[in-house]
Amino acid sequence: MIQLIAFYLFATIVIASAAMVIFARNPVHSVMWLILAFFNAAGLMLLAGAEFIAMLLVIVYVGAVAVLFLFVVMMLNIDFAELRAGFVRYLPLGALVAIILVAELIFALGAWSAGGVDLAARAAPAVTDKSNIQQIGELLYTRYIFLFEAAGIILLVAMIGAIVLTHRQRGGVRIQNISSQNQRRPQDATRLVDPGVGQGMEL
Amino acid sequence: MISVGHYLAVSAVLFTLGVLGIFINRKNIIVILMAIELILLAVNINLVAFSAALGDLVGQVFAMFVLTVAAGEAAIGLAILVIYFRGRGTIAVDDANRMKG
Repeated sequence: MIQLIAFYLFATIVIASAAMVIFARNPVHSVMWLILAFFNAAGLMLLAGAEFIAMLLVIVYVGAVAVLFLFVVMMLNIDFAELRAGFVRYLPLGALVAIILVAELIFALGAWSAGGVDLAARAAPAVTDKSNIQQIGELLYTRYIFLFEAAGIILLVAMIGAIVLTHRQRGGVRIQNISSQNQRRPQDATRLVDPGVGQGMEL
Repeated sequence: MISVGHYLAVSAVLFTLGVLGIFINRKNIIVILMAIELILLAVNINLVAFSAALGDLVGQVFAMFVLTVAAGEAAIGLAILVIYFRGRGTIAVDDANRMKG
């Protein structure tokens, strides 16, 4: 019973906040609703027994991606009213696409629950005497180790790409040149003069 | 009792909302990126639901990879958005024709 209540609570909030993400006027509010949606989706996954993915969702999405969105939204000085100009104009087309999509998905769901197709045997059956995170770890570091490393490479490429894209060289800034400082010798920099009395110095 | 069908229904609605968000916010690329995140979240819910229903852990492993790609996509997308804004002073993407594609 409590599971049913929890499921409907999480499902309702995730869908409502997803709707608010796309309908909110202010993108900052959109990000906040997105965070709420992620939290409730993590709750849904927790109910399904996928604790690791649920925690990952909270850490990665809420902790990193949503904060990244928030930074970008707040950093750019954008006229949001102008951006919403076409909202009503695009609504019929968007609604049409959404209706077609949801009809297709309901149709697929009906076809699947009517028997579905018998696909291949399960690849990694879950066992009950180990925790979810232990099973995922054993799978990830043995059978899917190359995929795991590929995921790491994807993250590395994304990091380098983001840095290369957004890094800019500022002109007209006098930065310290350490090698020229180190190459400077006393005979280049100093000069010994012996002026006569009352003649003064030429600088 | 909750079946996998409940999860699939939630995920279908979430996916549809994501696609609708892309269509009605055609100018605002930040909301488009958020809608893409919603779509990937729907995919992840699907994967986890089937993983739990079939008792097969590969779905959860794959959901992790989807998460990785989503994080990378958000980082690159927002970096492109920042340099686009630097060059144009706006993020309206419906008239983005710099590359004359």
